[in-house]
Parts: sequence; structure tokens; C-alpha cells
Amino acid sequence: MSILIDADTRVICQGFTGAQGTFHSQQALDYGTRLVGGVTPGKGGQTHLQLPVFNTVAAAVAATGAQATMIYVPAAFAADAILEAAAAGIKLIVCITEGIPVLDMLRVKAVLRDSESLLIGPNCPGIITPGACKIGIMPGPMHTPGHIGIVSRSGTLTYEAVFQTSRSGYGQSTCIGIGGDPIHGMGFIECLRLFEADNDTHGIVMIGEIGGNDEEQAADFIQQHVSKPVVAYIAGVTAPPGKRMGHAGAIISGSQGTAEAKISALEAAAVKVVRSPAEIGSGMQSVMPS
Amino acid sequence: MHLHEYQAKRLFSDYGIPVPAGQPLERLDDIPELLRSLGGSAWVVKAQVHAGGRGKGGGVRRVEDEQTLRNAVGELLGSRLVTRQTAAEGLLVNSVLVEQTVAIAREIYFGMLVDRARERIVLMASAAGGMDIEEVAASDPDAILTETVNPAAGLQGYQCRNLAFALQLEGKQVNAFTRLLAAAYRLLLECDASLLEINPLVVTADGELLALDAKVDLDDSALFRHPQLAGLRDNSQEDSRENAAQQHGLNYIRLQGNIACMVNGAGLAMATMDLIKLHGGMPANFLDVGGGATAEKVAEAFKLILSDPQVEAILINIFGGIVRCDLIAEGILQAISEVEVTVPVVVRLEGTNAEAGLALINQSSLDVLTASDLTEAADRVVASVQVRDSS
Repeated sequence: MSILIDADTRVICQGFTGAQGTFHSQQALDYGTRLVGGVTPGKGGQTHLQLPVFNTVAAAVAATGAQATMIYVPAAFAADAILEAAAAGIKLIVCITEGIPVLDMLRVKAVLRDSESLLIGPNCPGIITPGACKIGIMPGPMHTPGHIGIVSRSGTLTYEAVFQTSRSGYGQSTCIGIGGDPIHGMGFIECLRLFEADNDTHGIVMIGEIGGNDEEQAADFIQQHVSKPVVAYIAGVTAPPGKRMGHAGAIISGSQGTAEAKISALEAAAVKVVRSPAEIGSGMQSVMPS
Repeated sequence: MHLHEYQAKRLFSDYGIPVPAGQPLERLDDIPELLRSLGGSAWVVKAQVHAGGRGKGGGVRRVEDEQTLRNAVGELLGSRLVTRQTAAEGLLVNSVLVEQTVAIAREIYFGMLVDRARERIVLMASAAGGMDIEEVAASDPDAILTETVNPAAGLQGYQCRNLAFALQLEGKQVNAFTRLLAAAYRLLLECDASLLEINPLVVTADGELLALDAKVDLDDSALFRHPQLAGLRDNSQEDSRENAAQQHGLNYIRLQGNIACMVNGAGLAMATMDLIKLHGGMPANFLDVGGGATAEKVAEAFKLILSDPQVEAILINIFGGIVRCDLIAEGILQAISEVEVTVPVVVRLEGTNAEAGLALINQSSLDVLTASDLTEAADRVVASVQVRDSS
């Protein structure tokens, strides 16, 4: 088992025939993802990567029964793409695109509140259930099917966690990059709830960073609702206030959003917080029942 | 992206938010012309820099005749203003804003921003105008009134009235305040501003509302659809290395330490800085070279790092995902032979084809250390600096 996606999940790609869409669709197919087609407005009826191209998401859903989409369209058109997927009834929308204007995301989230669709991202590596389904830009081969659920705000730090949990023999049930933008889709709490309910997930790695208070809220949730062992790492202890550290969401304002505040909230919730990104794997070993 | 006060006030005027009569000035020679068109008998000269705390830093001067005006402008233009929000070297004053003075009856704080937790635009107002609002928020949070806007409905009149009456505005001020807030909301939406702040918003002795100060931050991600606003960027207010980095698609922020790092991915870059500190060193910068770490990009990154005289060693930490480590290693070696690198370099490669990448570096004649994991990499780079310091 896993969360959100498995080997049966039917996936389409928006921005299918573009350079990014083409490259990552091919990678997904090579990994074994059940990619059933794609959408590029104006290219409906063509075939790309031996799969059908549709003009609209609605047409793609009608023809393929797609349940999930991965979005690789440019930032200027990404909000439109997310809303189109939601309107077509796609259950899981994964938006990889970086640099979407904040006000666009604000409007998107307001609409999604009344929708059944779940959004992962934007500005994220995506989601993978090892050995079954890869929706995103993460390198497939380093993942190992197993029992650790990983949820992270950062792309390359997720890869660290994957690499270390693979090396220490646990493998991963599902890995989700929730993205580095200030306004984004699924957060830590939604992912933690799903991991807690998933029988195949035995432990959880949570990777946060400076900015906002998502990690503090997650700490509250863990204290009340999560029985599985959780290892956390928070990036940005050395980050100066007021500077945007790469991710639009990674900025400390005033005393809010500091790494120290997040670390103490998580420690108060009995989470094993490792101070070095090199200790994610060994931290897991220290809290998992042997 | 920050706007200067005079730029923000020009936007305010365009949207119908009342501001004092004033004009920006870049040359002393333009003073007579400015006074002819501006008029008045007393003025305020305000240094235009991207930092708060200008008043206490000596960047705001009240003057009552042409000679003192000339003196104030002469002192400010070309100087570097240091405030509690700037770095020690301060910010260059390229322009000043000269405004007619205003008779003030009371000062209010007004701000509007995108609240990430609520995922809504939030309005904030306080009777404690002119003060540092962060201090008010910390010492007396109840003194800050808020209204949250539902994007489906937009800002409503009742929300403005809630704030107006709570601030004890009276008579025609209530309608004037409502109009001002509606204009500010429209500006925020239409210009993709992430923050709009008026501190203080004053009630004049005549009972009129006036934006005495103006702060507007624009969403960098939305500048593509506002070419005119993008043109207002003042690069002199930002670190020159950070500007250079941006041109090469690198994300660089200078810090105070002596160990530079070059990393792919923002999260891993922050984690690498933390790791250096954890192992007893001090990071010199944040630097994310992005997903495609090509030889060209790596070379630019080296140039950038080495332009900081404080740098005594470099840690390269790359997690090869889609980009293969052997290609990255070739890029690093090519860049090192092109750029004259005179400080120790430690490379940690992990991920796709990492072994092949490390082998390439170990076989090269260049003096580059490799590390097999993060901890070893941090230890080695910190040790290399300590050896230098003690020799």
C-alpha cells in the first residue's frame, strides 16, 4: 500500500508536448507510471510518446479516465491549468511549475476549497510511490519500495532523505514534495494524516525549512494524532532574517518562522529532530522498533 | 522587489490615494526648478533607500528655507545611509524626495498583505501610527485591527467601516478612509503587490487623510506581466554580487562567514550552510545553482564566490538527480581550470553516477578534495580553513 497514488493510478500530463513535459513524461513512462495521455491546447488528436494528445483536460478525462495530472506549463499559465484540472474532476493535481504569482495561487486555493481535488505543489518535485508510480521530477532509481513516508518542502533535501532511508534499508512507502511556495496545496498535516492511516507506512520523515508556521502546526497535529515515529529536519538555522532563501516561502519575518522555533515545537511533540541533514537515516534507525 | 517611497507614492497618486505635494530630486542643480513647481515655505527632505528606520538614521530632514534645503540635499545625495534595517555599510542615497510639510492632527498605521497562513489578503490598521508596527504587534497585539478579504467578494465597504469606526475616525473621514482602502486594494491586486504599507497615514489639521509614507513590495514572480513596474528596480540598493548572480540564473545571498558553498536546490543549500555551522565553521553565502549545474553555471558560481575576499574555502555539495554526477564533475573541473581558484575546494557528489563523478575528480591533476558523505565533506572543509588560519 501507499498514499494517494499506486500502480493503478491513471495519469495525464498538462504541457505534454513542451520540452519539460516531454522529458519528464518519458522518465515517468520508463519508471512504469501508468501515463495515459496528455494535454496541449491546439494539438488535440496528435500522438506524442505513443500516447494521445487532447485539447482540454475534460476531453482527456472523458477518453482515458485519468485520476491524476502532472502540470509542466509555464508559470503564467499554471493557475489556469490547475483550475482546468479541478473543473474536469481530476482527483490529484501535481503542479511542478515554479514562479507562479502569489495572487494567482490565492485565487486557485479559494476555488479548490469547494472542490474534491487535492493539489500538490506548486514549485515542488512531485510525488512518488516507489516501484509503482512517479509523478514529478525526482530521479526514480534511487527510490526503494518500503515503509517510510517522506514529506518535504524542499526538492533536493527530499532526495537526501530518500537516499539515506534507502541506504539504511527501510525504503519508502510514498514521498511527497509539498513545495516551497508561501501559498501551496497539501501541507504537512494532510500528508501526516494519510501516512498515519496507511498500514504500509511504519515511520515518517518530515523536512521543513524557515518561513511561515506550517511546521509548528504540524507539531501540534503530531502530538495529538500521530502514533508512528517521526524524524524531522529543519533547514535554515543560519539564514539571516528578511532574505528570501531561494524558495519564495523561505523567509523569516520578525521572530516568526525561525528554524529554532520550529525545532522546539517539534521536539515538544516528541519528534526526533536531527540537527544535521546527514543524520536523517540514522535518526530513523534510532526511533524505529528493531 | 521593493519600490522607493517616491515610486510608491506615484502609484498611490495614480490610484487616487492622497499624498503630500512632493517631487524626487537627483541633482542639487535642480533645486530652483523643483521649488518653482512645488512651492511652499517649509519642506521635508527624505532619503530614498530600501530600508526602514530612515528618520532615526538621519535620512529625513525638515527644512524651512532654500539654503538649509540645499545643505540637507547636498549632505544626503551620494552618501550612504545607515539605519537599523541596513547592513553596517548602509545604502547609497541616489535620490531624495522633497515634500511640503503637513500639519498633523493624528497618525494611523495601515497595511495590507498576503497572509500565507490564511491564504487571504489581510488589512491591518492601528491607532498607533508612526511607530514600528512589529513592536506594536509584539507588545500590544490587540492594538492591531485586522480584516480578511474573501477573494470571491473582494474588499467590502463594511470591512473598511469596521476599521474606520474602530480607529475613531469621524464625519467625512470615514468615507475618505473607505475610498482610500478600496484604492489600496485595487493597487495591490492590479500591480501584484505582496505588501502595501502606509505608516503613518495622517489626519491633517484640516481633517483630511494623507499618506505621509508609502511602502510597496511587488511579487517578483509576477513582474513578467508588469514590465513598467519591473523597470522601477533600483539595483544600487541590492548587493552587487546578488545582482550578478541573478543575471546568470544563480540564487546567491552573501553572509558573514569564510566558507563558501555551492549547492543544487534551495533546501539543500540552506542545509549545507547549517551543516558548516554545525561543524564549527561559518558559511560565507547561500548559493543555489539550480537543477542544471552546467560547466558554464559552475564557472560563474566560482567567480561570484571568489569575488568575496572573506572566502577561504569552498564546499560544493551536489545531489545529482536527473543531472548526472559525472557531467557535473566535468563541469566543476572545467570551471576550476578556467577560473583561477586559489582556495581549498571540497566536493561532495551523491546520486546518479556519483562514483564515476568522484573518480573523475580524484584522477584529475587539480587540487580538489572529495568526500563520500555530507559529514566528511563538512569536516574536511572546516579543517581546511583551520589549517590556513593556523599557518
